[in-house]
Amino acid sequence: MSVTPETAPVTAGAGGPLLAVENLRVGFATEDGRVQAVDGVNFELEAGEVLAIVGESGSGKSVTAQTIIGLTRSPNSHIEGSVRLRGEELTTQSEAQLQSVRGSQIAMIFQDPMTSLNPVYTVGRQIVEAIRAHHSQVGRKEAHAQAIELLGAVGIPEPERRVDDYPHEFSGGMRQRAMIAMGLALEPSVLIADEPTTALDVTIQAQILRLIQDLNRGRGLATILITHDLGVVAEVADRVLVMYAGKVVEQGTLDDIFYDPQHPYTWGLLGSLTRLDRPRPHRLPQISGAPPSLLRLPSGCAFRPRCPHEFAECKEVPGLLPRLPEDPNHLDRCQLTPEQKRRLREVEGRIGLEEPA
Amino acid sequence: MTDAGAISASGGPLLEVTDLVKHFPIKSGLLVDREVDQVRAVDGISFIVNKGETLGLVGESGSGKSTACRAVLQLLKPTSGSVRFEGQEIAGMGRRELRPLRREMQMIFQDPYASLNPRKRVGQIVGDQLKVQKVASGKELRARVEGLLDRVGLSPEHYNRFPHEFSGGQRQRIGIARALALEPKLVFCDEPVSALDVSIQAQIVNLLDDLQDELGLTYVFVAHDIGVVRHISDRIAVMNQGKIIEAGDADQVCEHPRDDYTKKLLAAVPIPDPRESRARRDRTASAG
Amino acid sequence: MLRFVVRRVVGAVAVLFAISVLVFLIFNVVPATNPAQRIAGKNANPQLIENVEKEWGFDKSLPEQYWTQMKLIFTGQVTSYSQAHINIDQRILEGIPATASLCIGAAIIWLSLGILFGYLSAIRAGGLTDRALTVLALVGISMPVFWLASILLYYFTYKIELFPSNGYEPLSHPGRWFSHLILPWITLAVLFVGFYSRVLRSSMLDVMNEDYVRTARAKGLSNRRVMVRHVLRNSLIPIITLFGLDFGAVIGGGAIVTEYLFNIEGVGLFTAEALKQQDFPSIMAVAMFGAFFIVLFNTLVDFAYAYLDPRIRLGTSAA
Repeated sequence: MSVTPETAPVTAGAGGPLLAVENLRVGFATEDGRVQAVDGVNFELEAGEVLAIVGESGSGKSVTAQTIIGLTRSPNSHIEGSVRLRGEELTTQSEAQLQSVRGSQIAMIFQDPMTSLNPVYTVGRQIVEAIRAHHSQVGRKEAHAQAIELLGAVGIPEPERRVDDYPHEFSGGMRQRAMIAMGLALEPSVLIADEPTTALDVTIQAQILRLIQDLNRGRGLATILITHDLGVVAEVADRVLVMYAGKVVEQGTLDDIFYDPQHPYTWGLLGSLTRLDRPRPHRLPQISGAPPSLLRLPSGCAFRPRCPHEFAECKEVPGLLPRLPEDPNHLDRCQLTPEQKRRLREVEGRIGLEEPA
Repeated sequence: MTDAGAISASGGPLLEVTDLVKHFPIKSGLLVDREVDQVRAVDGISFIVNKGETLGLVGESGSGKSTACRAVLQLLKPTSGSVRFEGQEIAGMGRRELRPLRREMQMIFQDPYASLNPRKRVGQIVGDQLKVQKVASGKELRARVEGLLDRVGLSPEHYNRFPHEFSGGQRQRIGIARALALEPKLVFCDEPVSALDVSIQAQIVNLLDDLQDELGLTYVFVAHDIGVVRHISDRIAVMNQGKIIEAGDADQVCEHPRDDYTKKLLAAVPIPDPRESRARRDRTASAG
Repeated sequence: MLRFVVRRVVGAVAVLFAISVLVFLIFNVVPATNPAQRIAGKNANPQLIENVEKEWGFDKSLPEQYWTQMKLIFTGQVTSYSQAHINIDQRILEGIPATASLCIGAAIIWLSLGILFGYLSAIRAGGLTDRALTVLALVGISMPVFWLASILLYYFTYKIELFPSNGYEPLSHPGRWFSHLILPWITLAVLFVGFYSRVLRSSMLDVMNEDYVRTARAKGLSNRRVMVRHVLRNSLIPIITLFGLDFGAVIGGGAIVTEYLFNIEGVGLFTAEALKQQDFPSIMAVAMFGAFFIVLFNTLVDFAYAYLDPRIRLGTSAA
């Protein structure tokens, strides 16, 4: 990856953010019309941080993640905005240049390890392939040895034997560990994990989350965690982005989002969660309606049709702004006043969205 | 381990399962297949479900909970054991004898995308059983189906649409309407919300709750999400490797688990509350 | 793995046996006329018919007839009465080099071009290359073999005398061998090239959407590597199936029209003659011959699967 004087990072070393995404917009031309999958996402990520991007289907969280490493580039897609790694712009790089970034600077792991690993090659071979694609001078034997070490580092027992096994010979949790091992092979600075535990059992999920957390704390590996599960977010994240219909609707620290949420969608998500450590509510607070189709977005605030607190101002698209004077880093898109928000979000003693009965 | 739950006041339990076993043979051999071992998917479970109650069945993948449902409903032939529905023994019953009983026991499936025939219209999907079981036809059939659609939160005009025109949550509602068409007494819900968006899950859970109150349904609710199971269930049975290792009142099992596996399962569920989550981690760190 | 191999081989033998019984029944039991008369041919006299009856065992029970006839066929003692008393098995053996040259040569062409065109179509799907290749493929598939052969013969052996018009030269004269076979190769291959390129294109487009291809790209592999090692590799499985069936069929004497039109004295030509003259012993023999190759190649295809897809190699099967 060449670094010309113009694109050299202004601050070398521990200066600017490790990863900076600015006004990222991704549109797709589909048979049924144009779809704006991502509509203005901004965030920064430092080494050692875990940023969680939370959302449901159509929120744009996966597209955001994939666009960071250029996986969404295609004749049908239109990408605007900036993604800078250590100050260097990625969106304008050629496919060949990006290929050297993928895997080695920014690694990405996906949701279903069963389908995310090629079934016809051994796990070891797939790891070796990753290593040698970026470091062609490394011999096959040496890469194989590195693969064994990596499998051991992620907690796979008997790695020297398992390195020659095929993906289907691993259990679900072990497969995901192998994927993480493959992601770490080149010691990237950023790990993007797209729903890494959704397809796994809850006990395995806990193990994988702990592994990701250890890597994050131990190696200072900056992590972007894509998920729909707020429980997972609460366990590992430092900061949170809540996305809805392609836009970020709330953005802040972990405590901000869980204890002082400002946007009704966030209230709805928090409210509809079951809590094992609290008594059961009579009815699970729910969000009525369904996430909108990106082809037919409501005018004004996209959440309006489902929001019991909507009022006249909601006809205009609200900006993502810091609305709490004491907390400039906590942004949201709801135009209710902070006092109204504090009042309306309490439903039967917990945060929720329904009209109080 | 049977739950010593009380038999309801209105007579015997609706469903009584005793020592249910379902083994799948593992075959090997050079030329001819010989059974060398078995997969003990369900390895002797017993439980009772009373009328109007919800029994939650919790377990991880491979625990046998889905196989158990199918074995109870006789969609799979049990290897051994007894299944009594309203006092009548149905384990190993033939297809013909089972047919009238199928009206009483129904199932809602996990995947709203795979469980609806994409070539059939919604009205057909929901109403076909009424035709097959000769319960209604023609105008009356249509009226009943539209009534069902309305009850599950869809509108009558959806009668002629195809499944692919609906979202996941709506398809699951169609699946529920289908299950309720014959006015069953017992409904098995096999992971009915796992494949849905979080904000829709609560809707479907609430719908199932409401329908239970309205229609006096009895549920066996199977899921791996303990939080959801606890919310909707009166009693919970925890399955592991084909056996029920703990059972009891839902709140009791979740707040005061007795078995180590149950404890491990509950401890692994992430707490959507950062302070509590940190506190729990500190507790286990200092204890460990 | 051993279990897999043993089972496939046993299965293959069982299928061959079943085919032999079926062939026997079709030719001897089903038709209404006297089988001995049919075998003896059109110009037979009663004495000949009687001899045939004895030799072929028509005076004995059905299983004995079956056994006698199979013995005759497999030990090379079948004689054709209608085609100048030639030894059928020997004639078939003599035809093998020609058929093999034709089929193997055509197979190399149709596999390489089919895969190449399919690959190009898939990586530039929707573009001009893809559309052009699609049209070419459809033309190739729709072209009748005899029409194509006639056109090629007309232009390249008559109008411009580039190639000889018929016959087969053995490999001992490579130049002549090649020039005799080039037009038949093209004729035989054109249909398959079209078909295979479509199948590969479709298979690749499916595989390209698989999650593991996305993982491969996310690892930073080059486009070429992703396409060849991940997409193409996994897309070849349907091609292998087809190839096993097709190659087995043509080398078993299925290239009848091509061999006939170009007068290549292989098994296919022999079959054409036998059919023309209703020479039943010959037809039975080539039927068995063809069946053998088809079953052989199908079994080889099964083994190729196990090599290509490790999930198939496991020994025990759990429900």
